[in-house]
Amino acid sequence: MNRELYPFPGGLQIPPHKELSNAKTSLITPLPDSIILPLQQHIGTPAVPLVKTGDKVLKGQIIARADGYVSVPVHASTSGKIIDIGNYTVPDPLGLKAPCIVIEPDGDDVWFEIKPTHDYASIDPKDLQDVIREAGIVGLGGAGFPAHVKLREGTESAVDTLIINAVECEPFISCDDRLIREKPGYIVNGTRMIRHAIQAKYCVIALEADMPEAYAALKELIDDDIDLIQLPVKYPQGGERQLIKVLTGMEVPSGGLPIHMGIVMHNAATAAAAYRAVIRGEPLISRYVTVSGEVNDPRNLQVLLGTPVKHCADQCGYEDKEGQAIILGGPMMGMYVNNMHMPVIKTTNCVLVTSTYNKSPEMPCIRCGQCVDVCPEKLLPQQLFWHAHAKNYDRLREYHLFDCIECGCCSFVCPSNIRLVQYYRKAKRQITQDEQTRSGADHARERFIARNARLAREEQTQNNELLAGSDIGELDKQAFIQAAVERTRAKRAQLGKQENSDDDQE
Amino acid sequence: MTGILIVLAFTVVIAVLLYYSRGEVPEQEKLVDIIDSLLPQTQCGQCGYPGCKPYADAIVHNHADINQCPPGGRNTIRQLADLLGGEIKPLNPAHGKAGPKRVAFIDEDICIGCVKCIKACPVDAIVGAPEQMHTVITLECTGCELCVAPCPVDCISMLVFVQGGRRVKLGPAMRTSS
Ligand code: SF4
Ligand code: SF4
Ligand code: SF4
Repeated sequence: MNRELYPFPGGLQIPPHKELSNAKTSLITPLPDSIILPLQQHIGTPAVPLVKTGDKVLKGQIIARADGYVSVPVHASTSGKIIDIGNYTVPDPLGLKAPCIVIEPDGDDVWFEIKPTHDYASIDPKDLQDVIREAGIVGLGGAGFPAHVKLREGTESAVDTLIINAVECEPFISCDDRLIREKPGYIVNGTRMIRHAIQAKYCVIALEADMPEAYAALKELIDDDIDLIQLPVKYPQGGERQLIKVLTGMEVPSGGLPIHMGIVMHNAATAAAAYRAVIRGEPLISRYVTVSGEVNDPRNLQVLLGTPVKHCADQCGYEDKEGQAIILGGPMMGMYVNNMHMPVIKTTNCVLVTSTYNKSPEMPCIRCGQCVDVCPEKLLPQQLFWHAHAKNYDRLREYHLFDCIECGCCSFVCPSNIRLVQYYRKAKRQITQDEQTRSGADHARERFIARNARLAREEQTQNNELLAGSDIGELDKQAFIQAAVERTRAKRAQLGKQENSDDDQE
Repeated sequence: MTGILIVLAFTVVIAVLLYYSRGEVPEQEKLVDIIDSLLPQTQCGQCGYPGCKPYADAIVHNHADINQCPPGGRNTIRQLADLLGGEIKPLNPAHGKAGPKRVAFIDEDICIGCVKCIKACPVDAIVGAPEQMHTVITLECTGCELCVAPCPVDCISMLVFVQGGRRVKLGPAMRTSS
């Protein structure tokens, strides 16, 4: 079917470099010496450990449970012994450590009991969400948003279109390409399953024209129920908002969500993982990772989550050389890291070794406006840069800083080598932090006021009691008792009368 | 010479016009509230006043300096300077040092249940009853340290507050296709 396409504004043509890694069959990575599983591999609340040091665990066993709704559990990716629960280096732009569970593999790779379901159509969509959640499925394409949350959004409102995003627009990365070529059935059936779960009317799988083999593989398995669409190559077409614009012509408003427009989007690898979780009962414990750039044998690997990045790089003939940078993710949006000790987590799609990154010193902005032309969100990057530099957070909001998808197009074209996105990331972080502090402070103020009010009340009652007490002290005790007795008598008399009158009435 | 005079006269006229066009000066009490909203609400008293609001009040009415709040640190001083049009100055060391946010932690094995810390807490963040062990509600604790000194058995320590294992939360990154 020929669909009309609606190009998104801005964007770039950049050399894709996919040929380095996408032609070779993926390798199953051998077991590493240790598996390091961070409690937080997703957006939301970190998981809570259920095991302690010394425990034996089996492959696929839940070792940390989800905490709250926007959270997913963590599973052991192989069988072995828990040797530590503590802070380890994780994939983080600031190189911070975070709580992790460390497993020493026993080499047997024995599965925990798993419950396959052979027919997803027989499962209530709501139960399907629970299965997907228990399997620890998060968005594998980008930020790692728990998949069940999007599914529930989908069941709660009417969904027009389900978009399965197989657009892999970042240079070098080919893990989705390989996954689709090697396991097209998972993608297609996963797509059908998600469609069943959210009852979407239309269903689209979108990929770019530079993945002809993947296209062919999918085409073979698809009937008319799914639209398979090939798009002309353009970065950053895989961005959620960009892809929606291209396919539907609609723009997700600032601060809005696709679901408000009847659209749900999932990444192709997420669909495959969800299908595997339901049909085979296997939780998310491994993923495809591209290792590319300046390594001897760039290719894709099937990696157990928690495997150290170094171990993956070693499989591809990595040699430590002067002047190389390690990037987790692609060159445009990935994060630069200082070492390779951190593990592969659910959202790690690529390990890139390169020495051709932007090292030139930053020069003053010459107001050429090139960044404005390429911004897919129609922002004004150079204004954002000024205000980020001046820490003028109010102005940054006015210029829609939070609509920036951090695609890096502006940094890429800037003739003055200004790393624009880095300024935006820093500013976003600062603003979010400030907001948290602010709301914490407001809360503390309320409690302080409430406490002062309570103290004032208590003082008041105490004063009253004291006053009452001093009255008693000055009275003649006898007289006081006498008065009390009189009062009781009077009351009794009154009661007696009342009772009599009650009797009268009866 | 006359040129200079004319320019001078102009400047004066414009200055006067500008002054009046500014409209009403915000009422002093409103200003106190605005300043209070910029203070961290730790209620620790390190500024020399019995809480953040009294300090805000003192800035407006008694010309208290803007660099006396250690929990707020540079950030608060910058915001106050922006608001009041003063200069950004370093924190006055006489009032203490800025540092990461800390929260109180009670060693429950040592606590004798004397309720002294409960009385000291400005935001009722400590729960417990006489002769029962007490504990701090971490999320309510502002880190003012006022409970530390009254404890007769020294069982309260101040720990660096780490949320979910990370000190910073990252802003929303691109949801490529989560
Ligand atoms: S990084 Fe942000 S500002 Fe720069 S081009 Fe991308 S969306 Fe626009
Ligand atoms: S591309 Fe660079 S130099 Fe040109 S306007 Fe943008 S920030 Fe300034
Ligand atoms: S020093 Fe303490 S009491 Fe004073 S303003 Fe700062 S936080 Fe509030």
